[in-house]
Amino acid sequence: MKRLLLVFMIFWPVLLRADEPLLRWGADANSNAPYAFYGPNDKLTGFEYEIITAVAREMGRKPQFVQNDWDGLIPGLGRGLYDCVICGIEITPDKAGEVLFSNPYYVTFEQLVVRKGTPPITSLDELRGKQIGTLDQTAALAMLEKTPGVQAKTYDQEFTAYLDVANGRIFGVLLDYPIAKFYAAPNPNLQFTGPPFGQIAYGIAIKKGNTALQQEINAALARLVASGEMRDILSRWGLWTPLVAGALGQPEQPSVPDTEYKAFVAANAEEASLGTRLIRYAGYWKMLLQAALLTLEVSIVGMTLAIGVGFTLALMRVFGPWPLRWLATLYIEIIRGTPLLIQLYIIFFGLPSLGIKLSPFVAGVLGLGLNYAAYEAENYRAGLMAVPRGQMEAARALGMTRRQGLFHVIMPQSFRLVLPPVTNDFISLLKDSSLVSMVTLLDLTGAYNRIASQTFDYFGTGLLIAAIYLLIGLPFVRLARFTEERLAVDQRKPGQKPGLFTLPKLRK
Amino acid sequence: MAEPLLSVQNLHKRFEETAILKGVSLAVEEGDLVSVIGPSGCGKSTFLRCLNFLEIPDAGRISIAGVTIDCQGLEDAPPKDIQSRAHELRQRVGMVFQQFNLFPHRTILENTMMAPMVVRGVAREEAASMGKRLLEKVGLGGAFADRYPAQMSGGQQQRAAIARALAMNPKVMLYDEPTSALDPELVDEVLKVMKDLDAEGMTQIVVTHEMRFARDASDYIVFMEGGHIVEISDEDEIFTHPKDERTRQFLRRFL
Repeated sequence: MKRLLLVFMIFWPVLLRADEPLLRWGADANSNAPYAFYGPNDKLTGFEYEIITAVAREMGRKPQFVQNDWDGLIPGLGRGLYDCVICGIEITPDKAGEVLFSNPYYVTFEQLVVRKGTPPITSLDELRGKQIGTLDQTAALAMLEKTPGVQAKTYDQEFTAYLDVANGRIFGVLLDYPIAKFYAAPNPNLQFTGPPFGQIAYGIAIKKGNTALQQEINAALARLVASGEMRDILSRWGLWTPLVAGALGQPEQPSVPDTEYKAFVAANAEEASLGTRLIRYAGYWKMLLQAALLTLEVSIVGMTLAIGVGFTLALMRVFGPWPLRWLATLYIEIIRGTPLLIQLYIIFFGLPSLGIKLSPFVAGVLGLGLNYAAYEAENYRAGLMAVPRGQMEAARALGMTRRQGLFHVIMPQSFRLVLPPVTNDFISLLKDSSLVSMVTLLDLTGAYNRIASQTFDYFGTGLLIAAIYLLIGLPFVRLARFTEERLAVDQRKPGQKPGLFTLPKLRK
Repeated sequence: MAEPLLSVQNLHKRFEETAILKGVSLAVEEGDLVSVIGPSGCGKSTFLRCLNFLEIPDAGRISIAGVTIDCQGLEDAPPKDIQSRAHELRQRVGMVFQQFNLFPHRTILENTMMAPMVVRGVAREEAASMGKRLLEKVGLGGAFADRYPAQMSGGQQQRAAIARALAMNPKVMLYDEPTSALDPELVDEVLKVMKDLDAEGMTQIVVTHEMRFARDASDYIVFMEGGHIVEISDEDEIFTHPKDERTRQFLRRFL
């Protein structure tokens, strides 16, 4: 029942859509200040969040946020996960070939940040031979790659890039001005240097061909600029610059004080003590619980699938005629020989191009289940073959058919044999389920990214999430151990029976 | 004279290039206890296993208690028909193995209950009461019923295996070296069960190395060598006046 509910929850955006006009917008809200990110109270905020909310209102639609990894944002558009993407995406000729862009809603430049005390830099050419960090798929990266002799290093999160500059691991970071302003400017160990590099314009990305939506969004943006609301939003976030004022044709002065920027800086300035950290973690209990349940759910459903498919494959390999045997072997070799992450990508992002669209949950479970089925099949094959030949002969001599012998004699005996490796695989699957955060599910690993990007506490959050994984896995280990002991009837003295909580006695 | 309960005509079996059985014929009357002896590799175990089609013979004709299977030209994969006839035949034949082959994940009572319930659809209570009766018959009454095979001695296990085979109510019992895996002091308890069954009129064929048992209990003895039956004799005669030189050679070691 609960599983049904979960599947329903995953589909509900699709179901709701029929009733109410939605504007589903995609972004990577992890480590994404000041664009769209989770604030200290775990509520979405950011200047892009405010812009898209206002755009939706102007369009008469209800905005709905869809989280996706930065790398998957554009593919997700093609997949129909959301109607548009607003995530600081620069309008470039390359990208314009893949998607439609709205008119620019923000214009800015790339800002170079170096360690405090570094002599001034005036041009990118002076960076020859130096390591410069940036984010993947950005105009800054393209700029660095065009400069000869610069070693560009890409990061997943801007915070870690700046951390590496402060720690002296790299020379500097070249990133969009808003990022530098929020992540680097408040840090006393870092300093801005050099002139504004390049000029970039952010646009809302829309699926190719959907010009109707493009026009609708452009009209809404134009109304926001004309009414002055755009200027208010950008001013509050401290992002109203002469450059953007000129581009949007508005007065240069900010219309309101930069309250949001000041609040962000203040919130992140305080050095968190252990106590405040614990309190902060406790504030995430609901997200952690949901993430843990999702991880558990994905793992259990995935393992069930793996066991079913794996057992079928094992039977095909051990008892099937040669074409089935061959097919099963082929499947096992291919699946075992390719990375799970690639398989997940193919299922989630690749299949839609064949017209097969699966919800993230179904895709995650399918990817894990079909992958682990190959390993399970080999476990079961080993288990079936480990039962002595004489057992099947005895069953057949007693008048049982092969199938009856398999079901009543061979399988129950192999069950105990394969229990330890299957438990092992389940624990392993539980951890591999972290890969489903790649297909937009907020499991424990997704929760780690979310929390770490809000608290900047990578160490503590890592320990916390690792501990939860451990706690989830332990009961299954205990249960499997208990079952194994219970089934070990052929190694037990008469009358001896293990309990669930007694520790196993070691036999010599 | 009545039709023999079991008759075998011209049985052939080869594994790869090696011929194991080269035309074996035998007729066994109801109630007989027949011992099959012979040197290792003479084909006596293969012969026994062919009788209930654990090995599919290449050629020959086997008839047991009204079920006849003609194995002419079965070198290739046996047709489904043979399998279903073999299945029918096995219902009339009980088999006891050298290594007992009890089901280790079940108590010995459950071992006796499984086949009647699975194959014949006998109700659990009925199977249990029959199983208890049979276990009692082989000297494993009372608390033994709930033991697992690993908790019993080899002799007890083999007796349980006999009870398990009897639960299918067979017309013929086949024994493939039933005491070879046992400690010497446990052999007699198993042989005693077989003697008791003989007294009740059970038809039994025993492949054995127990010459004493063969001599004491058999109605007659079959001596095999090189895939042939060399000699069929009265139990005393074969030991005192073997007709064939090869029999003489073989028995010299035991006497």
